[in-house]
Amino acid sequence: MHIRRFPMNSQINVYAFLTQMTQYYGVTELIKSRELENDELRPLYMDFQATTPMDPRVLDAMLPYQVNYYGNPHSRTHAYGWESESAMEKARKQVADLIAADPREIVFTSGATESNNMSIKLLEETIRQDTSLVSVMTVNNEIGVRQPVEDIGRICRSRNVFFHTDAAQAVGKIPINVSDWKVDLMSISGHKIYGPKGVGALYVRRRPRVRMEPLQNGGGQERGLRSGTVPTPLAVGLGAACDIAQQELEYDHSRVSMLANRLVRKIMSEIPDVVMNGDPEQRYPGCINLSFAYVEGESLLMALKDVALSSGSACTSASLEPSYVLRAIGTDEDLAHSSIRFGIGRFSTEAEVDYTADKCIQQVKRLREMSPLWEMVQEGIDLKSIKWTQH
Amino acid sequence: MAGLVAKKCITPLVRRITSPEYTVQAAYHKKVVDHYENPRNVGSLDKTSKNVGTGLVGAPACGDVMKLQIEVDDQGKIVDARFKTFGCGSAIASSSLVTEWSFPPHCFFLSLHGWIKFISLLINEALTIKNTDIAKELSLPPVKLHCSMLAEDAIRAALNDYRLKQQDGKIEAVKASN
Repeated sequence: MHIRRFPMNSQINVYAFLTQMTQYYGVTELIKSRELENDELRPLYMDFQATTPMDPRVLDAMLPYQVNYYGNPHSRTHAYGWESESAMEKARKQVADLIAADPREIVFTSGATESNNMSIKLLEETIRQDTSLVSVMTVNNEIGVRQPVEDIGRICRSRNVFFHTDAAQAVGKIPINVSDWKVDLMSISGHKIYGPKGVGALYVRRRPRVRMEPLQNGGGQERGLRSGTVPTPLAVGLGAACDIAQQELEYDHSRVSMLANRLVRKIMSEIPDVVMNGDPEQRYPGCINLSFAYVEGESLLMALKDVALSSGSACTSASLEPSYVLRAIGTDEDLAHSSIRFGIGRFSTEAEVDYTADKCIQQVKRLREMSPLWEMVQEGIDLKSIKWTQH
Repeated sequence: MAGLVAKKCITPLVRRITSPEYTVQAAYHKKVVDHYENPRNVGSLDKTSKNVGTGLVGAPACGDVMKLQIEVDDQGKIVDARFKTFGCGSAIASSSLVTEWSFPPHCFFLSLHGWIKFISLLINEALTIKNTDIAKELSLPPVKLHCSMLAEDAIRAALNDYRLKQQDGKIEAVKASN
């Protein structure tokens, strides 16, 4: 098999690379962007909170480290190790700059879940009677509400309590400054910010020092906090994603806000009895959770089968319980069953948003015609006065 | 070269023949989607009429409410059935199927099992629709079996309501004659 050597310092275009690979390996199918096996089109993607597609610029940055610069970044004795290490440190700086931290405070992990576990479980080992931990999600993934982390940080610092925040949905979307926020630990996820899956980071404050026991023991990498070879391509991808996010944060935010307002205004002006869950002001605009009264969430998802969405309804979770978040904010149970989450991201277009809004309006009207609750409400019956049968 | 061309032609064919249909749990079953896209018997009958039995089961707090109405003529045969459902796709399909079995104008959409059920219902006057029949016809996964149970409850409730109305009617007729 003849493998072509790629030039050392050039950017590789993804599609040119794939074309060359197919010629050499005889793969008869190129990656088709919108076609399924049975020749249907794939649905529009409106579920950016679940995961995000990788930005092509991130893939460009990662590819050389998959096939050419393949050294172990912890190898100290040869050029392969040195070049991988310098890439890893550059990525670390890119991640740190996004949250106004020092690069020495960033630990690469396998994702936000591992970072969360590290923060919480392992801090328990060093807990003394007078210390404790506060852990808060910066931006909620179901309803998009943003917590007042600055105030929480201030209170925690004044009481000498560790403050951890899971910022997976917030990094790269809203401006973050760990010093202003007085955050001690922060979890970052790669695949929520148009980076690769399988990588994340944990911010661990140095001053005042946060002492932790490691979750993984081994060769002592990442200052002994997380042993295991750092996957250079993934780290480079995370760094590139953070770099791009920092440059495009303002533009993305205003664009996503515009698209979100467009979607919500269009839907709410055409059909009555639609409720937006969560605070209207303190939120990230790209995560919209709407409850359509008298229509059940999963049936609406089935109706909108050419748009990829998610629901807080019970039917779509493995158990029959509706979303705990909606229950916690005091949503009526029947509205909790009627909620849909729309996720808008960097690659959403106006056409997609318009199509989603139109389709949603059409299908909600249709499902309401099929709904006994809507019929009863039209007749003037108060639904709360009816004694329902328990099943 | 010829090998590549052959591979290009045969691979999609082989994939189509060998891939089992709808083994992915998460995808909606074809029949459930069909009941949603081409709903039969959606609507309402006059609930004040003596010949109409109405069954309303479920609760909005549980995410499933079914309203099933049957119209019975003087000979005791069901001549019309309508449903309205607030619930997931499987709930809509279950209640739609129940109306089809009790009064099917489009019975050619049923599978062989569905046909057997329909004929057995014709022969056996009393309606014996069971949730297991519904679940089998729609290939409901275990997590959706409660939808079929609710549909069975709905048809029973509708029949009970009709019988109650008939009894009330008889009592009134007896009172009037006395």
